Amino acid sequence: MTTLAIDGLNVTFSTEDGPLHALKNVSFDVPENRIVGIVGESGCGKSTLINAILGLLADNGSIDSGSILFQGRDDLTKLGPAQMRDLRGPKISTVFQDPMGALNPVISVGQQMINIQYRSDISKQEKAQRAVDMLELVRIPDARAALARYPHQFSGGMKQRIAIAMALMMEPALLIADEPTTALDATLEVTTIELLKDLQQQIGCSVLFISHHLGVIAELCDDVVVMYAGEVVERGTVRQIFNDPRHPYTARLLECDPARQSERTRSLPTIPGEIPDLRARPRGCIFANRCHRVHDACAAPPPDHDVGDGHVARCFVANVPETVEATA
Amino acid sequence: MLTYFFKRLGLAAVIVSVAMFILFCMIYLIPGDPASVALGPRATEEMRASLREAMGLNQPVPVQFWNFYSSAWMGDLGTEVLSGRPVLTVVLEQLPYTLALIAGGITWSVALGIPLGCWAAVSRGSWADRIVGILSVAVIAVPSFVIAIYALLIFAVQLRWLPAIGAGEPGDLGDQLTHLILPSLAVGLGWVGYIARMVRASMLEVLEASHIRTARAFGLPDRMITYRYALSIAILPTVTLLGVGIGQMLSSAVFAEIVFARPGVGKLVYDAILTRNFPVVSGTVLVTTVLFVLLNLLADLIIGALDPRVRSSF
Ligand SMILES: Nc1ncnc2c1ncn2[C@@H]1O[C@H](COP(=O)(O)OP(=O)(O)O)[C@@H](O)[C@H]1O
Ligand code: SF4
Ligand SMILES: [Mg+2]
Repeated sequence: MTTLAIDGLNVTFSTEDGPLHALKNVSFDVPENRIVGIVGESGCGKSTLINAILGLLADNGSIDSGSILFQGRDDLTKLGPAQMRDLRGPKISTVFQDPMGALNPVISVGQQMINIQYRSDISKQEKAQRAVDMLELVRIPDARAALARYPHQFSGGMKQRIAIAMALMMEPALLIADEPTTALDATLEVTTIELLKDLQQQIGCSVLFISHHLGVIAELCDDVVVMYAGEVVERGTVRQIFNDPRHPYTARLLECDPARQSERTRSLPTIPGEIPDLRARPRGCIFANRCHRVHDACAAPPPDHDVGDGHVARCFVANVPETVEATA
Repeated sequence: MLTYFFKRLGLAAVIVSVAMFILFCMIYLIPGDPASVALGPRATEEMRASLREAMGLNQPVPVQFWNFYSSAWMGDLGTEVLSGRPVLTVVLEQLPYTLALIAGGITWSVALGIPLGCWAAVSRGSWADRIVGILSVAVIAVPSFVIAIYALLIFAVQLRWLPAIGAGEPGDLGDQLTHLILPSLAVGLGWVGYIARMVRASMLEVLEASHIRTARAFGLPDRMITYRYALSIAILPTVTLLGVGIGQMLSSAVFAEIVFARPGVGKLVYDAILTRNFPVVSGTVLVTTVLFVLLNLLADLIIGALDPRVRSSF
C-alpha cells in the first residue's frame, strides 16, 4: 500500500501582485516503509508541499486541484480541519528544520511530550515513561531527568533529537522531516541521519525527507524527488537519479557537485541564471531560461516522461540521455 | 534563584538610597528655615534656636544627611508637625487603602486586557479585532481622573448601583470591596487598553513562532495552543509593562482617592501639601519609592517564575 500518493497537486498563494503558483502539477508517491527525499533550491516549494500535506497552508494559500491520498483512503485535500488535526501527530508526524525554535521555550520537555499524547487514555506516569523510553532511544543522556528540563538547557543537536523522539513517539505511518539537519554541523548531521534511518527501520514508517544536501539524500533515501520552481522535474530511485539523471536540471546539480554522493556539501551547487517569477510562469518549460539543452519544442509545457521503472522526468529530451546526445 | 533575589534586593536598596539622597537635597534646598516653618511667624528666636538644635539643623550637612538616612532605614521618618505622631505610622495606616486600589486596578486591567488582546489576536482582522483596537486607544487616551469622574457620575449618581465615596465600613469586607469597584476601575481602565494592545501584538508574534507550528503539526487542540503554548509566552512583556507602570498607577491612585474621597496615600500627601505638613510629604514620597521598587522586584520575580530561560540566567 502506498502511504502517500500525490497526484496533480496545484497550490497558489494570493499575493498583492496577483496569484503565485507555488506548486504546479506535483505528482509522486511515498511507498510504505520507504524513505523519499525531496531535493531542490530554497524557494522551490518544499515547505509549501509539506504544509499542503499537513493542512497547514498559510491563510493566503489554497489547493486549487489535485489529490493527496493518504494510506489509499483519505484524500487530505478534502478533509476538514478537525479531521486533519486528528491525522497530525498520530498518523503523520513532522520534524521541522529549526532545532532552536521548534520546541516551546516555557514548557518543560517532558510536559511537551506528555501533551502531544493527549489523545491517549494511559495515565500520566505511563505517558512520562513513554517519553523517557523515546528519549533514551534517541540517546539523550539521563532521560528521566531530561523531562524536567527546558529546551534552552539542551544543545542544538540534542534538541533536534528530542524533536525526532517526539515525532516518532507517535508511531506515525508517515514521518515528514523538513531539512532536519541543515542547522547542524557536519558531524552532528551524520549521527542524526544515521539515527533517523535506524529508527525508521525499527518503527517501520515511511519518511518524506526534505534536504538540499545531495550527499545526505544519497545516503539516507530510497527514492528521490527533484523539485524546481514548484514543479517535480524528475523522480526515481536514488540509483536512477544519481547514476542516470534525465532532466537537465538534475544533471547540472550533480555535475556541479564535484564530490557527488560521497561528500556532503553545505548547499546546492549554483547553476547560472535565476528561478522565474512564480507569479508569471512561462508557458513552456519552467527550466528553459537556464537549460543548456533548450530547443524550439521547449516553448510548450513538457510532458512527464516515464523513461522506465517509475523513473520520470518532465522534459522533452528525457528519453535521450545527455551522454548519448553528446556522442551523437 | 536565591542569589538572584538577593542581588535584586541589593539593587533595590541602592535605588532607595539614591531616592533618599535626592529627597534630602530637595528638603535642604527648599527656601526657608524648617524650624521657622514648623513654629510659625510668632515664635521667638530662642524657640527657633532650640528647635533647630533639637532637629539637628546646626550640624554639618553630611551629618544631617547621615542622620536622616540612617534613621529612615530604621523606620524613623520623623514626626508629624501637628499631632507629633510618627510619620511612618501615619503613612502605613493609609498604605493598605492605596495598595488595595492598585491591586484592584491591576485586576481590572489584567482581567479585561488579557482576554481582549488574546481574542483580538486570534480573530485578527475581524470586526472584533477592530473594535478592541479602537476601544484600547480610546481608554488609553482618556486621563484616569476623567474616567474616575464619569464612573462616579454614571454608576454612583445616575444609576446608583455603587457607592460614591469613601472606602466602606472598616471590618466589612463586602462593603469595602463594593467601594473599591469604581475607583479601581478608574485606575485600571487605561491599562486595559495598554495590556490588550500589548497582548495582541505579542500573541501575533508568538503565533508565528516555529514552536507553535510544531504544536499544530502534532494536532494539539486550538485551545491548548492558544492559552498554554502561546499566551504563556505572550504574557511576559505585559508583566514587565505592569512592573514599569506601577509608578503611573500610583499617580492615578492619587486622583482616584481625591475624586472618590477615599483614604489612602494619595489623599494623605494631597492634604499634607495643602497644610504644609512637610515631614508627611517626604515620608510618603519615601514609602511610595520603596513600594515602587518592591513591586518592580515582584514583577521581575514573576517573570522569572513564568520564564525558565530568565530563571536559569539568574
Ligand atoms: N504565505 C505565502 N504567501 C506568498 N508566497 C509564499 C508564501 N509561502 C511561500 N511562498 C512562496 O512560495 C514559494 C515556495 O516557498 P517555500 O515552499 O517556502 O520554498 P522552500 O521551502 O523550498 O524554500 C516561494 O516563492 C515563496 O516566496
Ligand atoms: S524541456 Fe527543454 S528547456 Fe526544459 S529541461 Fe527539457 S530540454 Fe531543457
Ligand atoms: Mg523551506
